[in-house]
Amino acid sequence: MTHIPGIAFQILQSMFVVLAAPLLVGWVNQCRAWLQNRSAPSILLPYYTLAKLFHKDAVIARNASPLFHLTPYVLFGCMWLAAGIVPVLATDLPFAPAADIIALVGVFALARVFSALAAMDIGTSFGGMGARREMLIGFLAEPAMLMTLFTAAFISGSTQLTTIVETLAHREFAIYPSLAFAAVAFLMVLLAENARIPIDNPTTHLELTMIHEATILEYSARHLALIEWAMAIKLFAYMTIGIALFLPWGIAEAGNWAALPLAFAALAVKLVLAGAGLALIETVLAKLRLFLAPEFLSTAFLLAVLGMLTHFLLLT
Amino acid sequence: MISLEVISSPLTGSLLAVVSWLAISALALIPAGNAFLARRLAFPLSALAGLALAAFGLQAIWLAPQQMTLPLGLPDLPFHLRVDPLAGFFLMLLGSVSAGISVYAGGYFRNETSERLILIGLQYHVFLASMAFVILADDAYLFMVAWETMALSSYFLVTTDHKLPAIRSAGFLYLLIAHLGAIAILLCFGVMHGGHGDYSFDALRAAELTPLWANVAFLLAFFGFGAKAGMIPLHAWLPEAHPAAPSPVSALMSGIMLKTAIYGMVRVIYDLIGNVRWEWGMVVLAVGAGTTLFGVLYALMQHDLKRLLAYHSVENIGIILLGLGMSMVFIGFGHPAAGTLGMIAALYHTLNHAVFKGLLFLGAGSILHSTGLRNLNDMGGLIRVMPKTAFYFLIGALAISALPPLNGFVSEWLTFQAALQAPILQNGVVRSLLPLFAATLALAGALTAMCFVKVYGIAFLGQPRSPHHPVSAPGAGHDAGGMERYGMAWLAAGCFVLGLFPSSFLLMLNRVCASLTGQSLTADALTGSSWLWLVPTSSEQASYSPVIFLVVIVAVTLLTFLLVRRFYHGRVRLSDPWDCGFPEQTSRMQDTADAFGQPIRHVFGPIYLMQRQMPAPDDPAPRFSLKIEDRHWYWVYLPVARLAEYASSKIALLQQGRISIYLLYSFLTLIALLVFVR
Repeated sequence: MTHIPGIAFQILQSMFVVLAAPLLVGWVNQCRAWLQNRSAPSILLPYYTLAKLFHKDAVIARNASPLFHLTPYVLFGCMWLAAGIVPVLATDLPFAPAADIIALVGVFALARVFSALAAMDIGTSFGGMGARREMLIGFLAEPAMLMTLFTAAFISGSTQLTTIVETLAHREFAIYPSLAFAAVAFLMVLLAENARIPIDNPTTHLELTMIHEATILEYSARHLALIEWAMAIKLFAYMTIGIALFLPWGIAEAGNWAALPLAFAALAVKLVLAGAGLALIETVLAKLRLFLAPEFLSTAFLLAVLGMLTHFLLLT
Repeated sequence: MISLEVISSPLTGSLLAVVSWLAISALALIPAGNAFLARRLAFPLSALAGLALAAFGLQAIWLAPQQMTLPLGLPDLPFHLRVDPLAGFFLMLLGSVSAGISVYAGGYFRNETSERLILIGLQYHVFLASMAFVILADDAYLFMVAWETMALSSYFLVTTDHKLPAIRSAGFLYLLIAHLGAIAILLCFGVMHGGHGDYSFDALRAAELTPLWANVAFLLAFFGFGAKAGMIPLHAWLPEAHPAAPSPVSALMSGIMLKTAIYGMVRVIYDLIGNVRWEWGMVVLAVGAGTTLFGVLYALMQHDLKRLLAYHSVENIGIILLGLGMSMVFIGFGHPAAGTLGMIAALYHTLNHAVFKGLLFLGAGSILHSTGLRNLNDMGGLIRVMPKTAFYFLIGALAISALPPLNGFVSEWLTFQAALQAPILQNGVVRSLLPLFAATLALAGALTAMCFVKVYGIAFLGQPRSPHHPVSAPGAGHDAGGMERYGMAWLAAGCFVLGLFPSSFLLMLNRVCASLTGQSLTADALTGSSWLWLVPTSSEQASYSPVIFLVVIVAVTLLTFLLVRRFYHGRVRLSDPWDCGFPEQTSRMQDTADAFGQPIRHVFGPIYLMQRQMPAPDDPAPRFSLKIEDRHWYWVYLPVARLAEYASSKIALLQQGRISIYLLYSFLTLIALLVFVR
């Protein structure tokens, strides 16, 4: 059975992502606090929050349907699955062929649809508003995300994330204009999809501006903990997709177990830098009005399309 | 004595199934006194005939084409029948989807009076049989007869409630556009046949067309079948006719009848005209992209559930056209393997759309039956009144939103994979345009998800919106009845089977498409595709395994659930929803269907023709009104209507009402004939 180490590694990697994801959120929050001249909370604060939430009693509205109870688990399951597809440390993932980049986008869409449905379940005005805005951001971000991924897929001739990463990691160090465009577009999509400034503000509960927070307003205790955790995994997954596509150097190739420690160190350095960068973006930018979000995301889409066209132009 | 072998051959078998539909339609006339029996007997029987038809269609995919001549029709012009893999595939679609709808119809029509039920039963089964004859026809004559029977029987079904003027005018519009299309198809057959006098498809296939006439024939076929399929700008009848018809009929029309147009398009363009050109593909792609976006954007603006679903049919036809267009582009540039992939994507989406749109229309029918509501703005909280319908509808909604691991995702995935074959094209412009069409598809998919969050969230979730409506009274409203549920369960199971085991269908479609494009997918793709894996080109390039996907996602979700349960308490405190400090919350403060579309109106404003009336801030009785119309009415339909009126008023000058003038016309005609014809 040649697959056994691969499967073991697959399970280990997804567990690693699930467990490490709140740490990344803690790091981003810490950086942001430093940049804003506040005294920073502990980097472990997200874990404490999760533990606290898990121990509380869940408060649920009387008219909640089974869908409402199911959604936190579905969200968490979707993100866990996404964590299994993305090559974080090594490209040797036996599960990865089961879902390529299009399916990955599909997983995120599935999670989004369920969270929007759950938001509308109780029948409050904020829930509906949140669902509507969440889907607005979703349909704007999804084509841009797909175009970005297609650019990478065209370069490597595959929609398999592991294959893409292996191809990209092997090319010589040079500037690829198409990838540069795609990287900027991806960054913009990452901000929007993870409810970050300038599209949404993860720290706000100001009713009229919130998007993601409005969809989870009715959740509490363990359900809220699962959703928060799923969001942390989502951020981690997006960051590692970005790293895998645009900065793949250092990732361990299939079968090369000796390279794992190096891959781990490289990932840690990249994530520390990326988290700090995210905090910087969130500090220097202001939140956009909701109806500027389409402009922001259509810019991302156009950049991704430009990247793809550049690839075709340079090819001929 | 007919031997077993003859019956089990796909052509005779499917002919028998179709004839039994006709027999049921005649039978439906007899037990006039017993509506219950007609309903309980005729519709399940027709579902059985449908299943048989599906089985024969499935068999036909794997066999060589079979032909037969029926001694019917005009003298010297017998009906030719033929079943080949393409026809087999569409027969399977017709049979299997109609089986679910027929079972449902048996339950749905339970409140009809017997005289209406007789008519419905007759028209319904004639409609089914005529669709089967469209697919089986092997000459232009039978094809047109079946095509027109299909249009007429569905017209009468649409106007079942003909006492309402709105429904009569919807029916008229449908009939008008159906006949515009039929004229184009007739002309197309005329162009292809080029004066040989032989209208069998074999002769049309053999005829050599000059490039100019081939282009003309393509445009006529595209226009004619497009009118039936509902591509823009000929879509106007769909959102009128679908809501007018009883729900099982809407499901048949949207799920299957539109697909006969796709069948006709594929049959005429690939098979009869042949020599597909890439320019045609670009035309199809452009129209397809426009249709896709237009359909979904207008669907988002609807608050009538069945109108909304009708606009989604427009959108899905656009997606099918995108796949077909890509396939034509690839074939035109000499890449038949990639062309086969595009066509497989299109045909798979055809099947998928039939299944999930049938399911959604049936769900809408159950809502209508139980609550009498079609307007989303009056619904809310139906998941508590009709949980089973809610479950089936959720499956349909997730499938149409192209979410994995259901079937809608697979065909969109295949369409994306076809678009990603673009680098093999020689033409740089086309090569970079193809991914843009894929982007259109991505946008449409995400918008569809938004639209079905709206539909499901507003109809099934939340609280009932109108406090005076019977639904909000405790105990009012009922779930779908047994037969309705079986029908929906059949189609919902279809969503799962088509989504989870696509590779077996890929093998089947590969054969269907290879019979038209002359090339099947690469050997790697075929050997790589065990039932578990979907591999369109090669496993290096792309693969997707819905079963593993489903197993993993269910496993991790369950694991999460069990872990949380194991390590933490499961205590729950029930309370009122959080009111944000404002205790006067009512169910009227929830989003309505129109409110949900507001961001779309904001982003895509110029696409809509909007009339909005905002009340002044100091208005004591403020009323907000919003009317959204289809721009095509003003851009296309009204000018054409005015032109037709103008032309007929000019021609009417000929009509003088005096016999001497008419005699003069005859005299002049005679002179002209004598001079020119001799």
